[in-house]
Amino acid sequence: MSLRSPLGRARGLGSAKDGTHHFWVQRVSAIALVPLTLWFVFSVARLAGASFEQVHWWVSYPAVAVTLVLFIATALYHSMLGVQVVIEDYVGGEGMKLTALLLSKFFHVAVAVAAIFAVLKVALA
Amino acid sequence: MSTPKPSSAPERPLSPFMIGPYYKPQLTSMLSITHRVTGMGLSFGTLLLAGWLIALASGPDAYAMYARHMLAWYGQILLLGWSWALLYHLCNGIRHLFWDIGKGFELPAAYRSGYAVIAVSGVLTVAVWALAYFV
Repeated sequence: MSLRSPLGRARGLGSAKDGTHHFWVQRVSAIALVPLTLWFVFSVARLAGASFEQVHWWVSYPAVAVTLVLFIATALYHSMLGVQVVIEDYVGGEGMKLTALLLSKFFHVAVAVAAIFAVLKVALA
Repeated sequence: MSTPKPSSAPERPLSPFMIGPYYKPQLTSMLSITHRVTGMGLSFGTLLLAGWLIALASGPDAYAMYARHMLAWYGQILLLGWSWALLYHLCNGIRHLFWDIGKGFELPAAYRSGYAVIAVSGVLTVAVWALAYFV
C-alpha cells in the first residue's frame, strides 16, 4: 500500500507513467505541423511532372532541405505519439500492447532516420 | 455489437462504444473517427514520403521507378487518398486545437466547425491537385 495521496500519484505519474507530457508534446508538434504541412503539400504539388534533376535541385536548396528535415522529424514524432494513443486505447493485454508499442516506436524512428538521411544525402551531394 | 459484461464484476452500467446499435451516427462522432482513421493511414503513408526521398537519393533509375508507380492509376488513387487524409487531419486537428483552449465546444459551434472541416479539406485537396495538374 502506498502512502502517497491519489492526487500526488496523479501529478507524478498517471496510468501512462508520464502525466501530461504526452498530451502537451502532441499539441506542440501539431501546431508546428500546421505551416510545415501546408508548405510541404503545395511544394510537392508544384513539383508534379518535374524531372529527377529538377526535384534533386529543389531538395538540395538549403532552405528546402532544412524545412524538409523539420517536417519529417515533426510529422514522424507526432505520428508516433498518435499511434501510441490508438494502441493504448484498442490493444488489450499487456504483452500485445507492449509489443505493438515497441514496433510502432521502431517503425517511426526507422522511417524518420531513412527519410532524413535521404534528404541530407541529396542536399550535401 | 454487444456491450461486454464481465462475469465476476457486479452489474454496473457501462458506456457503450459509439459505433454500434446504441448511438445513431452523428457528424461529430463520424468526424472524430475519421480523424483517427486518417491519422493511422498517414502513419503508414510516411512510407510514401520516405520512399520518394530514398528513391531520389538513390539515383535517376530508382527515382524513375518510383515515379512510374506513383503516376500509374493505383499510385494516383493512393496519392489522392493520402493528400485528402493529410489535409483533413490538418483541418480537423486545428479544430481540436481550438477545443483544447476551450473554444467552440457548444453543439452548434461544433457542427459549424465540422462542416467547415469537410468543406475546407475538400477545397484544399482540389486546389493541390489543380496545382499539380494544371499549373
